[in-house]
Amino acid sequence: MLNKNIYLILIISLVFAISFWIGFNVNLLPAEASINAPIYDELFKILFIIGLIIFIGMTIAVIYSLFKFRKRNDQIGDGIALEGNLSLEIVWTIIPSIIVLLIGLYSYNIYDRMGGMKELNHNHEMMSSNTEKIWAGISQTSDNEMAINNLSIEVSAMQFAFLFNYPKGNFISGELHVPVDQKVSMKMESKDVIHAFWVPEFRIKQDVIPGQPTILNFTPTKVGKYPIICAELCGPYHGGMRASIIVEEESDYNEWFNKNKKPEVNL
Amino acid sequence: MTISIDPQKTNNESLQPKGWLRYFSFSLDHKVIGIQYLVCGFLFYLIGGTLASAIRIELASPMSDFMPRDVYNQVLTLHGTIMIFLWIVPVVNGAFGNYLIPFYVGARDMAFPRLNAVAFWLIPPSGLMLVASYFVEGAAQAGWTAYPPLSITTPQSGQIIWILSVLLLGGSSIFGGINFIATIIKLRRPGLKLMQLPMYCWAMLGTSLLVVLSTPVLAGTLILLSFDIIANTGFFNPVLGGNVVVYQHLFWFYSHPAVYIMVLPAFGLVSEILPIHARKPLFGYTTMVFSIMGIVVLGLVVWAHHMFTSGTPPWMRLFFTIATAFIAVPTGIKFFNWVATLWGGKISINSAMLFSCGFIINFVFGGITGVALAQVPFDIHVHDTYFVVAHFHYIVYGGTVFIIFSSIYHWFPKVTGKMLNEKLGILHFIITFIGFNLCFAPQHWLGLNGMPRRVAEYDPQFQFVNQISSLGALLMAISTIPFLINVFLSVRNGKDAGDNPWNALTPEWLTSSPPPIENWEGEAPLVEEPYGYGKNF
Repeated sequence: MLNKNIYLILIISLVFAISFWIGFNVNLLPAEASINAPIYDELFKILFIIGLIIFIGMTIAVIYSLFKFRKRNDQIGDGIALEGNLSLEIVWTIIPSIIVLLIGLYSYNIYDRMGGMKELNHNHEMMSSNTEKIWAGISQTSDNEMAINNLSIEVSAMQFAFLFNYPKGNFISGELHVPVDQKVSMKMESKDVIHAFWVPEFRIKQDVIPGQPTILNFTPTKVGKYPIICAELCGPYHGGMRASIIVEEESDYNEWFNKNKKPEVNL
Repeated sequence: MTISIDPQKTNNESLQPKGWLRYFSFSLDHKVIGIQYLVCGFLFYLIGGTLASAIRIELASPMSDFMPRDVYNQVLTLHGTIMIFLWIVPVVNGAFGNYLIPFYVGARDMAFPRLNAVAFWLIPPSGLMLVASYFVEGAAQAGWTAYPPLSITTPQSGQIIWILSVLLLGGSSIFGGINFIATIIKLRRPGLKLMQLPMYCWAMLGTSLLVVLSTPVLAGTLILLSFDIIANTGFFNPVLGGNVVVYQHLFWFYSHPAVYIMVLPAFGLVSEILPIHARKPLFGYTTMVFSIMGIVVLGLVVWAHHMFTSGTPPWMRLFFTIATAFIAVPTGIKFFNWVATLWGGKISINSAMLFSCGFIINFVFGGITGVALAQVPFDIHVHDTYFVVAHFHYIVYGGTVFIIFSSIYHWFPKVTGKMLNEKLGILHFIITFIGFNLCFAPQHWLGLNGMPRRVAEYDPQFQFVNQISSLGALLMAISTIPFLINVFLSVRNGKDAGDNPWNALTPEWLTSSPPPIENWEGEAPLVEEPYGYGKNF
């Protein structure tokens, strides 16, 4: 009996070791290019390790049973008449409940750090956002830094393109240019069907909905060019509906901005 | 002691065609209807599978070069709709439910035989109509979710035929659900208690409750959508002030429970198969029953996890995260119980057992990615990507379809009196298992790294992994061949099965194979311990 227990402990520790090793050494995710990305990857790593432990453990249990308890040719009759084991069943109800609850609380914490639980505010010079009800999206804006230096951009999506309106510069661009390490606040609305704004390297996605503006705030952290992908089926050319987000140093961004800036027209 | 028999049914019996012709008739025999469901479902599975192959051929190269883009969208819409509404739901509920439930409760037939036949005969016309819509003006192309406003703005005839077809299929499903509830509650043989029923009855009771509670919501929603399309109303049309997110809430109020409508019966079937081939009682009967009912209750309050990126306020995202993740607890209990059922048994390694064990492994994997997807921050990155595609194929294919095959190997001797060939069966399992995992496991990586779902073209950096996936799909297509050969050969020349080849204790095995028209020659046996293995030794 003692031997059996030692084997069991050995196998369980091996499963844990393998899972942790894979979890820490195998990277399944694209580059991290926003404040959200490392937070997301932390959650991913934890879920990945827990998932691996359960999956490898269950698979071993099934394959081991098939092998160990297979019916040999000379055997007749049935297995043991074991109909249940209440304490065991209580254990495997309570332990998963605790794990699930902890994962839930942890992901709440992650979501809060991403800014998901904040009041949805959109600070916008061009329109009075106070009267408008914004009810969806992710906001990273905390209350005290209600961000005068936020970069505000209006996104409109249509079959099959994104357009980015820079209200401060009074121009519209097909490419999204943003300065690095600066909070960007986007108000998005669709002109026809539902689209979605997704930047895999930023780990953010938000549907762009006709008739209902949505908010998406993010802070890029790495200079580079990343794809913006439409993730909601929007028609025949859905797969081709892409744009680019160009994260650049502030000076480069200002240069680009000033080049495109148009004088304000007073109506 | 007599069992009530529908008098009209018995009168009609002499008028029913005999032999294979009865499978093309308006038969009232639950066994005939069960087979009708199964064969009809399988034919649609072949159509849906052909469409899936077309998708994988298109995705073998990054450019949209195999078919026009709008046809691609029609293909993916038809693939989803056919696989869900014409293959999985009718087969795990209609086929096995009709065949087995009357046996399990000790009845001669279902509670409402005529309603039962109507429920089946709604399926072929609506399925054919759906497929035929392709030849009218093109089939629906807004995905099986049919989100407005896309479904309002795409060509109308296809979308309207799609709605009509899904409404009829939903009606069929509701008829079936009412029938199962009535049969399980009211037609039980005298002396048979609820807690003595085989587990599949409990699974079907839970499933049928979900069907009856949630399918009408889908029907109502689709009727409103059809008004928007035909009559220019503005329920979901933002141009007229409609709200597109309301549609999503209503749609997922049905379509998330639909996942449980597809997997709970499979949970029931595997609970029948494992004890017989492992020669052990089902581990933890009572906890299994409670976990089924737990899944039913929780399954009704988790729908908004499909909408984490749609436009849901933060508190709602949090609630649906926790509720969804908690479904893992009753589901986990069932998986631990199945492994415990295997533990210490005398397991026959045959096709039915291998497909059931394949189901456990695949479903655990899909369940783990499911718990991850339930977490809002996790979902926000991978929502609407190939990660989700991979996840739900692990649930519905790796889970339910594996169990459908397992069940076919298990009950084929009962239905035909012949055994299926084990060598071909094991070959079928091996190719299916490898092909399935090769096809869908790499798709998780695709989703994480930036490939959205429902696209005909993609970033060339994903080509290699997509080709591996397409190779897996090819293997899955090939795996059907040994299965079909096996079925056709065995129906004609298979080894005689005898009445009870597995030495099983559940009531359907306590009669001849194939069973007589009234299920038992004499009185229905009273099976108080359907899982009483190991008691006599």
